[in-house]
Amino acid sequence: MSEKKKVIMLGNEAIARGAYEAGVKVSAAYPGTPSTEISEYLVQYKDDLYCEWSPNEKVATEVAVGASLAGTRAMSCMKHVGFNVAADPAYSVSYMGVNGGLVIVVADDPGLYSSQNEQDTRMVARAAQLPVLEPSDSSEAKEFMKQAFELSEKFDRPFVFRTTTRLAHSQGIVELDERKEVEDKPYEKDIRRTVMMPVNAKLRHVEIEKRNLELAEAANTLPINKVEMIDTRIGIITSGIPYQYVKEVLPEASVLKLGMVNPLPKKLIEDFASKVETLYIIEELDPVIEEQVKSWGIKAAGKELFTVQGEYSANMIRRAILGEELRIAEPAQVPVRPPILCPGCPHRSVYYVVKKLNLHVAGDIGCYTLGAVAPLSVVDTTMCMGSSISTLHGMEKAKGKEYIKNWVAAIGDSTFLHTGVNSLMNMTYNKSTGTVLILDNSTTGMTGHQDHAATGKTLQGDPTYAIDIPALCRAVGVKHVTEVNAFDLERLEAVIKEEVARDEVSVIITKTPCVLLSKEKKPLYIAQEDLCKKCGMCMKPGCPAMTKRENGTVCIDDTMCTGCGLCKDLCKFGAIELVKAGDR
Amino acid sequence: MTAKNIMIVGVGGQGTLLTSRILGGLATAGGYDVKLSEVHGMAQRGGSVVTFVRYGDKVAEPIVEEGQADVLIAFERLEALRYAHFLKKDGALIVNDWRIDPIPVVIGAAEYPQGIIETLKREHKVYAVNATEESKKLGNPRVFNLIVLGIAAQHMDFTKEEWYDVIEHTVPPKTIEINKKAFDVGYCLES
Repeated sequence: MSEKKKVIMLGNEAIARGAYEAGVKVSAAYPGTPSTEISEYLVQYKDDLYCEWSPNEKVATEVAVGASLAGTRAMSCMKHVGFNVAADPAYSVSYMGVNGGLVIVVADDPGLYSSQNEQDTRMVARAAQLPVLEPSDSSEAKEFMKQAFELSEKFDRPFVFRTTTRLAHSQGIVELDERKEVEDKPYEKDIRRTVMMPVNAKLRHVEIEKRNLELAEAANTLPINKVEMIDTRIGIITSGIPYQYVKEVLPEASVLKLGMVNPLPKKLIEDFASKVETLYIIEELDPVIEEQVKSWGIKAAGKELFTVQGEYSANMIRRAILGEELRIAEPAQVPVRPPILCPGCPHRSVYYVVKKLNLHVAGDIGCYTLGAVAPLSVVDTTMCMGSSISTLHGMEKAKGKEYIKNWVAAIGDSTFLHTGVNSLMNMTYNKSTGTVLILDNSTTGMTGHQDHAATGKTLQGDPTYAIDIPALCRAVGVKHVTEVNAFDLERLEAVIKEEVARDEVSVIITKTPCVLLSKEKKPLYIAQEDLCKKCGMCMKPGCPAMTKRENGTVCIDDTMCTGCGLCKDLCKFGAIELVKAGDR
Repeated sequence: MTAKNIMIVGVGGQGTLLTSRILGGLATAGGYDVKLSEVHGMAQRGGSVVTFVRYGDKVAEPIVEEGQADVLIAFERLEALRYAHFLKKDGALIVNDWRIDPIPVVIGAAEYPQGIIETLKREHKVYAVNATEESKKLGNPRVFNLIVLGIAAQHMDFTKEEWYDVIEHTVPPKTIEINKKAFDVGYCLES
């Protein structure tokens, strides 16, 4: 037998590989850190499968359900908060079951590297009565994906595949296997399981309770749940990435590593607990395993020692279980470096004008959330995808049209198509007077530049119909739709002033591509020391390429400047000068 | 071999991902077990970013914790100071002696610390070079990270050919030559 090829793979790449090897035929997703790269890696297998960016996670999951009903293996991928958007189909497909294997990959973000909350997908999955697998490294990520599809078909359950940022964005060694083509299951009409009206759903609820009990029983002997009996003085029940921290610190301890974290293998856990002296339960975020285990009368230590917030680490376990006092040097007290809008970002220019006009911003999810921090400090609210428009509408209904004349909603193009368009329909339908800024940078920026329904290109790289955003706004009833270049400060100011004063809904689309989309050599500006009057105007938008010399004059970092010219437009003394692109 | 712990720190957008992938490819080609951990998403927008690379006979956790780094590669000197406590006592600290002001400094809410390299030298073995200026001389300020990596290579157990091989397989094809040239600059610097 020839040796398998070993490669180093990102967790998300391994998930994509696992799906490919499992014979997946359809995958749909909306980008969201830390899940985005799954689709970006999956697309390399487009000769063997179909994958797409859908406008949101609900749509993506329904696409996957359709593909499963049609008899093929299918999946959808999203970040944890995207699972809330997909909750509607997820809770009901749980009743329906599957034809071809169906897996919903959901990536949690302990530590909130790039998210608005720290929810635990296992809790949502339990509420939806969906079984959950959770891998602990890239190699398992690939293998567990294959098992998820097998189990999904065997037990007629859609499976949730939970990962976390650390798993998704860590690389490890993976052995490659061949793709296994799976024969499509025949579709047989059976409305008792595919039409979820009360009379059918009632019976399906009984059925899935039964299936889940069968699965829980099977979990006691499934190899995906693994007992490593070594020294029995310490026993640990764990899953996912924390397993690696346990192995790092306590290689001799006995471990029950759960690959399936819902439903739990009760007998296996009881048996393991009876064989060890002290039992610990180590899981990131909520005490999902712990509360169930303790409810069975098993004595164990868990969240008394460990946090429900953020990521775990080996040092955390050293302190909590071994009681080690780690002699670690104190970190230096240095200025923080939070994320910021890039040099040349068109959002900065728009926000500069919004700030100048002293407006509040009902904000949304995307790079432009960063307008909340100094020095721009213009964004008042950020909650969830699409919420900017609806929260502004709510304010107007509460306080009247005069109240929101110093407010705008600000939302990106991808987020607008995700769920923002629903909120805009609500504005016109319910006669709002608010002003919506669509910051259209022609991409899904924050997650690393994915195409969407208005970019004219699919995930698979094919040219396609591009939604005309201004026409879409007009179609839902907005009479005043204006397009403005984000860097045209004068016109932008005039248009915003005019539209916020208007007693009707208006949309202003600031259409300027993300500065990172273009790889062309860009112009470069320099600040002339002798002409600079140190007035600080050019520093106001907070461009990271602008710094001050010792003498207080402005200096532009030539490795960062992208030539947007915003600083030049703000300088009244002609101190900022264009250097030709070729001079860089 | 017990796991070797390497950290790459810098400012989002400076190319820490490319550098960690070169290191990961190198250790994989060397037949080691390898894990590395990266930062994507919001922090990549100009924030402080950390990447961990661990390789050895068997590697469990994918991150390097405080006090455990054998080599700390910093693409900016304030970031070197921020993460210096991750170094082992005799760990090597390789710094691009370059300043990028974080936003609190840009807006005047904080001061950029003075004398960072001197401060670091009191506690650590420090190899500092202004790699950004050096890379401008090569005609591309973006390849500074390969210069820094070249210095780090002096403190690691791989041959120059192994480095070249992985650089050729990792960087965009059009930039192979300039990246190798940049690596040479760092590799040949006396430190």
